[in-house]
Amino acid sequence: MNKIETQNLNLFYGHFQALIDVNAAIEEKRITALIGPSGCGKSTFLRTLNRMNDLIDGVRITGKVIIDGEDIYGDKTDLVVLRKKVGMVFQRPNPFPLSVFDNIAYGPRIHGMNDRGELEEIVESSLSQVELWDALKDRLDRSALRLSLEQQQRLCIARLVAVTPNIVLMDEPCSALDPVATGKIEELMFELKKRYTIVIVTHNMQQAARVSDCAGFMLLGKLVEFGETEQVFTAPKDKRTEEYITGRYG
Amino acid sequence: MKISSQTKQKIAFTLLGAAAVLVIVPVIVIFAILIEKGLPAINWQFLTAMPRMGMRAGGIFPAIMGTMYLVLGTIVVALPLGVLAAIYLVEYARQNWLTRMIEVAIVNLAGVPSVVYGLFGMGLFVIFLRFGASILAGSLTLAIMILPVIITASKEALSSVPRSFREASLALGVSKWQTIRCVVLPNALPGILTGTILGISRAAGETAPILFTVAAFYLPRLPKSVFDQCMALPYHLYVLSTQVPNVNPKIQYGTALVLVGLVFLLNLVAIITRSYIRSKKQW
Repeated sequence: MNKIETQNLNLFYGHFQALIDVNAAIEEKRITALIGPSGCGKSTFLRTLNRMNDLIDGVRITGKVIIDGEDIYGDKTDLVVLRKKVGMVFQRPNPFPLSVFDNIAYGPRIHGMNDRGELEEIVESSLSQVELWDALKDRLDRSALRLSLEQQQRLCIARLVAVTPNIVLMDEPCSALDPVATGKIEELMFELKKRYTIVIVTHNMQQAARVSDCAGFMLLGKLVEFGETEQVFTAPKDKRTEEYITGRYG
Repeated sequence: MKISSQTKQKIAFTLLGAAAVLVIVPVIVIFAILIEKGLPAINWQFLTAMPRMGMRAGGIFPAIMGTMYLVLGTIVVALPLGVLAAIYLVEYARQNWLTRMIEVAIVNLAGVPSVVYGLFGMGLFVIFLRFGASILAGSLTLAIMILPVIITASKEALSSVPRSFREASLALGVSKWQTIRCVVLPNALPGILTGTILGISRAAGETAPILFTVAAFYLPRLPKSVFDQCMALPYHLYVLSTQVPNVNPKIQYGTALVLVGLVFLLNLVAIITRSYIRSKKQW
């Protein structure tokens, strides 16, 4: 079954149309990559999936985004519930200026957990999932801002995991990282795939080819091509996809 | 004669440095004079006793306490009001005519002369709302006067909290209000404190706004409630310098020194708090 499905999704910033009739079907527990030149709308699309675009004045959206069978732009949607379920990792690691422990405990605490023992368990399991526990277990009270960028990005993923989402959106999660750190985050993504549905936006085509199961190519607000990664990269149906992938465009 | 660019640079640096140093001079001169002429007057009795003999002898205790009460009252009113207004303007207000009106009002409020605040406070709080000349009326008047300072500083402090913090919090399913409370406000606190310091030191030193709303000419006892009048240091200083004949200059300078010292102390407390909070933040 499709975890996420968009139907005739259009998005306008004032008079500018940033998404044009996007129809995509994203499957559960797989990694779906969105590629395309800068400004093609891939980040905008990603942000419609947890309604982060709501924060921007003058945004208008038509069409449907169906997650687990429900239209998240319907009247009954609770943004808090939605965003707990659909987490997001940002381009630049953005830990809070708090300790490692408090960063991860932030979400659970606000959602009502106060028991120290339970919080410690959550912190340990979240850090273990992003393979940071061994490195940081003795330094949980250290400021998160003193970690390396790669560790910060892992921490941000752990912070997300702590509120038990089942979809993880990643907006160019490696663009602030060096190649070694990028490789490690990609390995982590394979691990995370076992538990979460991942949608990643990247301008790095090699990365998309390496990590994703499904891929979509966007151009000027349209989803030009969408399919299995292997097919998109080796036998694209659309000429524009082929031109982009072979480097003749963008 | 041609001047080398090296020499030109030296001349420029000297001029710039001199301009900067010049700023310190008035401060040092004021302090030096106040300390030289006022310090001999200051002793325990001067600070803790009631004035006697038509204020020509005794202490200035009620004026010190009066100013303290007014400062406290002003903070209690202006800080929450200012911070809440700033939160609304930064986080919730949409760009429309109402928001623009509010912003224009704040700018204009900051430019109103203090004597106009005094008259306004008298008209509204003392006469119309029948608070009488009282600590309540005086605090409210001072609060309105420093509100623009607090709002402007709080707005800047709130907007300087990185957008990424808000996004991170919201993306975890945290509501907007909780995000403001748990992420934005703590990180904006140093800036908000700075604004409050600036406002409060102005409130503590102003004479005109309290002239008609609270300040008592001569009241050798402490106020019993917020509806009582009280003495206040700036007004007391004004009275000693111009309204009472034959006052020992020592007492005048002593009073001025206490007023300046009090404002200085207030600033110091707030600056220490701020730098403590700032030392804990790293972004």
